[in-house]
Amino acid sequence: MAKQAKQKGTNRARSEFIWGWLFILPTMLGLFALNIIPIFQTIYQSFFKAGAFGRGNVFVGLDNYKRMFADESVWQALINTFKYAVVEVPFSIAIALVLAVLLNRHMRGRSLYRTIYFLPMVAAPAAVAMVWRWLYNSEFGLLNHLLNTLGFDSVNWISNPNTTFVWIAVVGIWSVIGYNMVLFLAGLQEIPQDYYEAAMIDGASAVKQFFNITVPLISPMMFFVSVTRIIAAMQVFDVIYMMMDRNNPAFFKTQSLVYLFYRYSFVESDRGYGSAIVMLLLLVIMVITVIQIRMQKKWVNYN
Amino acid sequence: MENRKHINSILLHLVLIMGSIVMLVPFLWMILTAFKTISESTQMNPFVMFPSEWRLDAFESVMTKMSFGRLYWNTFILMLGRVFFAVITATLAGYAFGRLEFKGRNLMFSLVIFQMMVPVQIFIIPQYLIVSGLGMLNTSFALIFPGLVSAFGTFLLRQSYMSLPKELEEAARLDGCNIGQTFLYVMAPLTRSAMVALGIFTALFAFKDLMWPLVVNTEQSTIPLSAALAKIQGQFAANYPELMAASLLAVIPMIIIYLFFQKQFIQGIATSGGKL
Repeated sequence: MAKQAKQKGTNRARSEFIWGWLFILPTMLGLFALNIIPIFQTIYQSFFKAGAFGRGNVFVGLDNYKRMFADESVWQALINTFKYAVVEVPFSIAIALVLAVLLNRHMRGRSLYRTIYFLPMVAAPAAVAMVWRWLYNSEFGLLNHLLNTLGFDSVNWISNPNTTFVWIAVVGIWSVIGYNMVLFLAGLQEIPQDYYEAAMIDGASAVKQFFNITVPLISPMMFFVSVTRIIAAMQVFDVIYMMMDRNNPAFFKTQSLVYLFYRYSFVESDRGYGSAIVMLLLLVIMVITVIQIRMQKKWVNYN
Repeated sequence: MENRKHINSILLHLVLIMGSIVMLVPFLWMILTAFKTISESTQMNPFVMFPSEWRLDAFESVMTKMSFGRLYWNTFILMLGRVFFAVITATLAGYAFGRLEFKGRNLMFSLVIFQMMVPVQIFIIPQYLIVSGLGMLNTSFALIFPGLVSAFGTFLLRQSYMSLPKELEEAARLDGCNIGQTFLYVMAPLTRSAMVALGIFTALFAFKDLMWPLVVNTEQSTIPLSAALAKIQGQFAANYPELMAASLLAVIPMIIIYLFFQKQFIQGIATSGGKL
């Protein structure tokens, strides 16, 4: 009997082994071909330089990295990317959280508001960037138009090297608020209503409730959103590619790391240098993520 | 007390309506500009926000310059292909990772997680070289290629399978189902909502993808909407009505789909985005 059971157990184990591998095979084959091997190829490529006409790879050792560390435009792009992220991430999270809290109740028009705030999420970034570029147009754009009407001077929204990153980040914030809001709404649903009822009995104000109940209890979701948002913001490309022309005076002060990667890899066909830039991006993202994970103990509340 | 509540509610709506206006103005301006003439679009009279006459000229001109039928089709194939492959492969793998015990499982699953933590740009050059090596640049296959499998989808489906009760599986097994049958008839149908979430998520991000289509497909006839918009920007220069008409035509189908299925969209993003 025991032997039979054991036999059955090993049969089961064998069949789980066979079915298991059969089921993961398509995914794993694809993952190796599309992702795992390419990671090593990119690392490898970063030590090479493409020969003339894209023919032949010449091993150049650390030259691409040396060139990168001496390349002012790479450092500037890194700074630009950070500046973009520093504006986009906190504002998109804070605004989305406030909206989610306001909408997390039974009220008239709740789903209409939700639909509207989420709308930019379903628009193609190329179209979004195009319309914002039109709104920002310094001569004929709606924004300057409104400023002039109110008696203010026109602003060079996307051609002033010192401030353009802010207005590009505004496009990013506008685009992603709805997404963050939906995630926060999902998180808020998990908070038991009793907490608020108890706080009401104690006479706590809405603001107090927000900081003492909502924020701590939603902090795991905030942590998650901030980690994924920073990673996404560090990879900003679409809006810069669409809004910034190379002859724009603010171009140098706004081009992002991924934009540089794209330009070197596919416009100038210098894949070795493009690969080195990606390795820098990988390193930066990893460092930021590790720091965030270390810091989470300080502010994220797990119960 | 009642009165104060009333005032609070009005204030709340005021804030939300102002926010809604900010969210909607870019879309409204896109629409208004698309129906104007060039000279109307650059007129600086703040009291003339609307076109004097709702003209379709910009749309007509854009539709002769860009073959929208082709662009919609290319975009549709890109989305459909990625959804099809991602949902099938992720459902299979998600079940194995979530419900079966086998040697090598944890190692393979850690590779899935690893893929999700790396910025996608690291894959692009080698993926491009594969597609070009296969002689498949400028095809629908090239557009779909990076989405043939989905590490994120695998993770999402695994979570979904793990949340199902064990008893279901045991009952099926006692009825004489083998693992394949248990999966097909009992387990897979129960994760339909996760599949829908993954499908929506995949479709949306395929629609929004810009860099990959720009890299692999350069011929007019094979590009999707996103890349087409990027290309016309230089060509149409300062013709804002045409640029806005093209943008509008590019975003309208997805917006209509969204308005019809907004519940599924928001639910899908909340479940998939939240697990990421």
